[in-house]
Amino acid sequence: MPHQQVKFYQTGTLTVGNRLLDKAQRTVQATMDRSNSLDSGHRACQGCGEALGARYAIDAAMRATDNQLIAANATGCLEVFTTPYPESAWRIPWMHSLFGNAPSVATGIAAALRVKGRQDVRVIAQGGDGGTTDIGFGALSGMFERNDDVLYICYDNQAYMNTGVQRSSATPGSARTATTMPLGAEPGAEFDKGKNVPLIAMAHGIPYVATASVDRLHDLEAKVEKAMSIRGARYIQVFVPCPLGWGSKPADTVKVARLAVESGLYPLFEAEYGELTSATKIRRKLPVADYLKLQRRFAHTLKSETQLARLQAVADNNIRRFGLIDEQGD
Amino acid sequence: MLKQIEGSQGIAQAVALCRPEVICAYPITPQTHIVEDLGAMVKRGSLTDCEFINVESEFAALSVAIGSSATGARSYTATASQGLLYMAEAVYNASGLGLPIVMTVGNRAIGAPINIWNDQSDSMSMRDAGWIQLFAETNQEALDLHIQAFRIAETLSIPVMVCVDGFILTHAYERMDIPQQEQVDRFLPPFVPRQVLDPADPISMGAMVGPEAFTEVRYLAHHKQMQALELIPEIAEEFKSIFGRDSGGLISNYRTDDAETIIVTLGSVIGTISEVIDSLRDQGQKIGAISLRCYRPFPKEVLREALQDCQRVVVFEKCLAVGMGGIVAANVRMSIRGLNLPVYTVIGGLGGRPITRKSLAELFAKAMRDDLDETTFLDIKCDIVERELAREQAHTRSGAAAENILREVGVVDAAKTA
Repeated sequence: MPHQQVKFYQTGTLTVGNRLLDKAQRTVQATMDRSNSLDSGHRACQGCGEALGARYAIDAAMRATDNQLIAANATGCLEVFTTPYPESAWRIPWMHSLFGNAPSVATGIAAALRVKGRQDVRVIAQGGDGGTTDIGFGALSGMFERNDDVLYICYDNQAYMNTGVQRSSATPGSARTATTMPLGAEPGAEFDKGKNVPLIAMAHGIPYVATASVDRLHDLEAKVEKAMSIRGARYIQVFVPCPLGWGSKPADTVKVARLAVESGLYPLFEAEYGELTSATKIRRKLPVADYLKLQRRFAHTLKSETQLARLQAVADNNIRRFGLIDEQGD
Repeated sequence: MLKQIEGSQGIAQAVALCRPEVICAYPITPQTHIVEDLGAMVKRGSLTDCEFINVESEFAALSVAIGSSATGARSYTATASQGLLYMAEAVYNASGLGLPIVMTVGNRAIGAPINIWNDQSDSMSMRDAGWIQLFAETNQEALDLHIQAFRIAETLSIPVMVCVDGFILTHAYERMDIPQQEQVDRFLPPFVPRQVLDPADPISMGAMVGPEAFTEVRYLAHHKQMQALELIPEIAEEFKSIFGRDSGGLISNYRTDDAETIIVTLGSVIGTISEVIDSLRDQGQKIGAISLRCYRPFPKEVLREALQDCQRVVVFEKCLAVGMGGIVAANVRMSIRGLNLPVYTVIGGLGGRPITRKSLAELFAKAMRDDLDETTFLDIKCDIVERELAREQAHTRSGAAAENILREVGVVDAAKTA
């Protein structure tokens, strides 16, 4: 029988070992009174990183706000797999309007709550990377610039998955999508394109920006909790592998996410008012190939020295830029 | 209270009297003065318990209103022309979600070529978006319609678009009767939403509906508009009893008793048309006019009844269905089907071209002789059009038609020498 080797890290890290922690430090998901805001029975694919991320993020936000939460959702997988009428997996007040307007709808919700003196009720907007970095980008920037009291969570699976895996401005170089096929001289998505929305969010000078990953859910919860302790516009971008779109095994979702972080391809950091305040150190730097080889969307890169080198350069650049490895080593 | 003020100011004061809770503002000519005035009222503190939000686009303006309305706040925005098109997706969404938002459209042409002046192409482009569309004849009515719009919207839980001719009304200074707050409060109770985003009672709004129920959902939207045909006159009656003015309703008649020729139109041009009718009546001509105060829902039955005894109908509209002809005329024809009445379509006032009494008098005279083409473009410069067509025939690279025509008209040369 094939088995997956699981590495257990010691207490004090943000991975497993929850049961060894002091009760107050345990994850929201570990508590009996978690809100189950995104309930079971929804139609996400096996191993969906977005469903995992959303469940942790929203439950954490619910605990942080004493269950006084309203969410606006962009069109996309998260919207579709959670709510075909008359069924809904959401146990919070939740609204879907359009693909590109979730930040504006959230602004409206927040404005209505303010005028009604319900400042205790907080607002989250959420969407995938397409809804966030492409079609909803103008609305997102407007919400940031006005510093509206909204936490926007982008579940980043690096392409338009709901429509059948097309390239978005969050798709990494060389990745295969339905519109960036691994053909020709430069197979897959082009390098040096796309947007880094966390950095763009920081440029707006908003109170809080963070990146997170579903391989360290305790960290995701902590970041959401921190975001909810702050007023104004906040942005969290969560790395959520998509087995269907990436050609990875559903059982490998957390592993893929961990390798993205540990290789340096997906730097985890926090920023306040435009200043970087923390970056998650890489425990043991791993070559990007370890991450790539688990995903069919990168299969062609393993045969190309050039592509592999370019992807390694992206990771190395992130490590340098965000100081992901201590100078003295660990 | 009587005041001599700009139309936009009057509309802003009417909206303020309706105690809006969220107002979204994005500038586009010619509605800008309305939201500017409202912004000043909030800043000054004369309009309280109201969030005034400067947004980054019209798409955001209506989307913010969607969010605030779904959270139970009385929500308002205003737009025009390109702005209405830019928010088109949200226009359909607001009605689909059943959110009673009120929006002013300062009617303006749609480009290209870019044109800031009045016609009604913008509102007409959204005629099937599921909103109720009311058209104001005067600034007093524009003011009154906004108060009625909130009442209609919130009673039926559908959004209402109040269409006001850009510049002709929005920028005209007129004497307007501004109602008392107490009167408006009596007429317009606080907003009680049909469903609301509330942590105490979580609901999911805007989820997906498949083929098994979509037809019924759409039919209900249509049914609600049919209900509006009953409700709008009732609300106009109630408005009259409190404010003492005849405003709103489905249609208004001007000297249509015994009229053989009836002009059907909508918006402010009824003013000029009425004057022409007066002089024709003085000459003994049997002519009258009907103004459609409500375009969606289309008052088919009421209009049919009003037209059934006349001999011909002239539909005067400030919009054009390119490749087809009249937009309003098509609706009018449908409402009088079987009556065997000739219907002439007249397209005029496009992009702000003045509609003069002289041109109208000539037009109506021709109509009364049944000497009109089925579709007429009022005051069109046919010779210039012919020459441009000839140029296009002669040269593939004939250039921008709009520029060529302006050269012909002489505007370009005139500007050079000025």
